[in-house]
Amino acid sequence: MSQSAVDVPPKGGFSFDLCKRNDMLIQKGLKAPSFLKTGTTIVGLIFKDGVILGADTRATEGPIVADKNCEKIHYMAPNIYCCGAGTAADTEAVTDMVSSQLRLHRYQTGRDSRVITALTLLKKHLFSYQGHVSAALVLGGVDITGPHLHTIYPHGSTDTLPFATMGSGSLAAMSVFEAKYKEGLTRDEGIKLVAEAICSGIFNDLGSGSNVDICVITKGNKEYLRNYMEPNPRTYVSSKGYSFSKKTEVLLTKITPLMERVEITEVGEAMEE
Amino acid sequence: MTKQHANWSPYDNNGGTCVAIAGSDYCVIAADTRMSTGYSILSRDYSKIHKLADKAVLSSSGFQADVKALQKVLKSRHLIYQHQHNKQMSCPAMAQLLSNTLYFKRFFPYYAFNVLGGLDAEGKGCVFTYDAVGSYEKVGYSAQGSGSTLIMPFLDNQLKSPSPLLLPAQDSITPLSEAEAVDLVKTVFASATERDIYTGDKLEIMILKADGIKTELIDLRKD
Repeated sequence: MSQSAVDVPPKGGFSFDLCKRNDMLIQKGLKAPSFLKTGTTIVGLIFKDGVILGADTRATEGPIVADKNCEKIHYMAPNIYCCGAGTAADTEAVTDMVSSQLRLHRYQTGRDSRVITALTLLKKHLFSYQGHVSAALVLGGVDITGPHLHTIYPHGSTDTLPFATMGSGSLAAMSVFEAKYKEGLTRDEGIKLVAEAICSGIFNDLGSGSNVDICVITKGNKEYLRNYMEPNPRTYVSSKGYSFSKKTEVLLTKITPLMERVEITEVGEAMEE
Repeated sequence: MTKQHANWSPYDNNGGTCVAIAGSDYCVIAADTRMSTGYSILSRDYSKIHKLADKAVLSSSGFQADVKALQKVLKSRHLIYQHQHNKQMSCPAMAQLLSNTLYFKRFFPYYAFNVLGGLDAEGKGCVFTYDAVGSYEKVGYSAQGSGSTLIMPFLDNQLKSPSPLLLPAQDSITPLSEAEAVDLVKTVFASATERDIYTGDKLEIMILKADGIKTELIDLRKD
């Protein structure tokens, strides 16, 4: 029996011991196991009163759709939300972790969280993992200093933008934004534009699909519009339905008692200490 | 010194799924109309079904440039056959020709996953399924392409192919009616479209019978 094959570093985190072996195996022709990536189109834009975030809802494992309706807009703080593209486990883990850190920070400071706090916590974490944590994020929120929108790349670089897109469908979505975005959009105009950009990703990018999720954040208020649009219903449902015949055939039913019935008789006196 | 690997591949996969089901006097051949490369869509309206002869229809998924080249070869060989024999090729004959053509390029294959459907000499439906280098088998139904792994198990469950070990040898042609088979094909493609990113847009169904060919076009999910 072999001992544990890999030593875990004392402070937790990744162990890179097997990297050389993995490289050797890949050179010899082994296909590395695939991750659940979110394919994805995620967008954010700043409008007159705050920030609007949008995302599609398809999660892919290679060419297969693993989840037709997943949630890509993650909660960070009551006034801050974050869309995530890349490896699903990484985006979930990193946003959960920073969300907890922000909460503790709120308890400590007694103030509402600021978007740049979340930004700095995220970028520090991602940079320290040198791009191995494959999370590309669109972070948006409204704090005491106003509305903010940032993009964060897996290696840890960030941008501050009035409108942003990430994920495999980012080019399709960005083409819509570049054509139609202007400053000072109203809430309804902003939602319409975000929905249009996500739809562009959904229909033109194979890694994105299903429904549109939207989150509107303004000063003192947030609205999470889950499945705001569902432009992809199932196209054909057979009217007669299908049955699946039971394949197992019962040949014999027999019950075998495992233990004979035991008779208990009182003999002599009870045991005494 | 480790072996150098090519940094350019002559192949690309344009995705898509093809299905064929043989019936007692008909054959249903269906394919989606999406052509893609990587994560992008090249066309939402590209037909993967091609008529080779009156009674033989080929549906191929894979690398469409190789598929086009393969069709050109088969078309010209069919023309020569017609000149020499004064009749159209039968489906089993076309099946053999396709197999030979594919194996001819055994060491630089056509990246094409084929399903050949048609009617045999007695007017019964027949379906032949191929791999990329020409290995083929006469079957009662088949699926090829990116959605094939999602579709085949369902067809196996519903159409229940008899074991090839049974004696006397049983035909795997389905007793289903034409309408039921078409319903099955529509259901199966709607389901594959839900879970396969390379399948979708529209479904083209071709129904071959002794008196002619009928085509149907159904909408599928476009995302």
